[in-house]
Amino acid sequence: MRASRWTVLAVALLVALVAAVMIGTMRLSLAELANGILGTGDPLPIAVVRTLRLPRVLLAALVGAGLGASGAALQGATRNKLAEPYLLGVSGGAAVGAVLATAAHAPSALVPVAGFGGALIAVALSLLVARASGGRADARVVLMAGVVVGAFANAIIMVALANADVAAVRGALWWMMGSAADANWMQVRVLALFVGVGVLALLAMARAIDVLALGDDTAAGLGVDVARVSLGVYVAGALLAAGTVSAAGLVGFVGLLVPHLVRLAGARTHRAIIGAATLGGAALVVVADLIARVALPPAELPLGAVTALVGVPFFLVMLRRLA
Amino acid sequence: MIEFKEVVVHYPRRERRALDVVSLVAARRHITAVVGPNGSGKSTLVRALVGSVPLRSGAVTLDGASITSAGRRALAMRVAVVTQREEPAFPLKVGEYIALGRYPHLGVWKAPGREDRDAIQRAVELTETADFQARAITELSGGEWQRVRLARALAQGGEAIVLDEPTTFLDVGHEMAIFELLSRLAGEGQAVLLVSHQLNLVARFADHMVLLHRGRVAAAGNVATVMRGPILEQVYEWPLVVTRDPAVGAPSLVPLRIRPRGESALIPSDPHTTQ
Repeated sequence: MRASRWTVLAVALLVALVAAVMIGTMRLSLAELANGILGTGDPLPIAVVRTLRLPRVLLAALVGAGLGASGAALQGATRNKLAEPYLLGVSGGAAVGAVLATAAHAPSALVPVAGFGGALIAVALSLLVARASGGRADARVVLMAGVVVGAFANAIIMVALANADVAAVRGALWWMMGSAADANWMQVRVLALFVGVGVLALLAMARAIDVLALGDDTAAGLGVDVARVSLGVYVAGALLAAGTVSAAGLVGFVGLLVPHLVRLAGARTHRAIIGAATLGGAALVVVADLIARVALPPAELPLGAVTALVGVPFFLVMLRRLA
Repeated sequence: MIEFKEVVVHYPRRERRALDVVSLVAARRHITAVVGPNGSGKSTLVRALVGSVPLRSGAVTLDGASITSAGRRALAMRVAVVTQREEPAFPLKVGEYIALGRYPHLGVWKAPGREDRDAIQRAVELTETADFQARAITELSGGEWQRVRLARALAQGGEAIVLDEPTTFLDVGHEMAIFELLSRLAGEGQAVLLVSHQLNLVARFADHMVLLHRGRVAAAGNVATVMRGPILEQVYEWPLVVTRDPAVGAPSLVPLRIRPRGESALIPSDPHTTQ
């Protein structure tokens, strides 16, 4: 990818971050934004920036970064353009965890934890199913295992829904639809660590993913341990996805769309694709969260719906331009 | 240099072993050709070498040392492989694709250095692929793609090269160019292990031939030993004769029509040309 495009991407992310902190029910000027960050001047902008907007915007950015990087790596390692961060049953598992926690009247703070736990169990199950059928390194088998585990998770959710009270179920579903509204600094710190380590791990595997994308036998001939690297990418990608799910619920489409966008923009090696998808995913989710917040005040839209509403037309325009 | 010692490979849920106690040596400065009908185990031999299929028993060694002991990357630095099929999932540029041949030398973070650029440069020159460096690998013709794949393997810069049907899809000129290039690589000291269906070309270029049949070595030795009508007829299960090519003098296989027009038997029209 050309240097000018990296600059455009970085500037876009920066503009999105600044705009998202400034725009809202209380509109801030650039000076108020600066004061808010530095902690000088009027206490109201300081409170709005520091306790409300900044953590929320940063959380959205981290969610997007994690999903973008995860989707980019998984598409490469599975050689499948439809691969996305939730492919190993992350979404189904997280939903089961959240619905069960809500149905059991667990405190709301435990819902994300239960979602994370559910996602991890689903990923482990998917990989075990793939392994049991002898195709640990075979991307097609892994994809199928994810679909099967997802279907199983759906069945559990339906059983739980049939017996739970409606309000609790609605709460769990609302969490599933994705939102960065309840962001706090603790969440931001934890997710920053999670995404930082995850993205670095994927970048370290980027060259091996380039080789994996040529096919298993060719990759083996070039010295790549196909089974080990594939497993590494699946685990790192799925953990990134699970981390973002526990922070902000399910934010669909980002992990599928952003890697395609950065490839259309000229990124071809996976170091560039994963790096650009990290920045691009962050920018997209920050903008989507801003729209979710301000489009229909005082109501908030589900973040996962907005990412698709924003992302699909953008994707179509890009496709048309390149066709 | 590369030696298969009594290698046995048995794919799960298959009745017959894919390789049934196969031994062969691919020596330096030689073109060793593995031939045989479809399903005789030729490609499994290549997969066993790169570790894509586990060995039931036996060993593959490199200068006497087991290839599994050295590690995959160490092996890839010494032996380059061009597999039979390769369908990249994403459209890299030709230059980027050939550069992936340096993967075993670079590892995780190391940036390509002078040695890497020189190896790539030489591979591009040998395969005459300089003209399409900036094109996407998905836009190449079948012949161009085979040459680019060969360039990627040469960029690996090892002491041996293993090729599985490298001239499929190539026209006569490009096919000859590849065989001449392999001959040149062997002359420079490389061990060339070639899996091929092109018996007549192999007979002109190979120093050593191995004929596989149902996972076993049916014949091995120099070209004259393997290119014999009775053995080949039995292995390929088709009537054929081996003649001597009038232009170059090499043994040449001619498969026969079962029922030639106007004749009723399997007898060739001029029996004097058979050996």
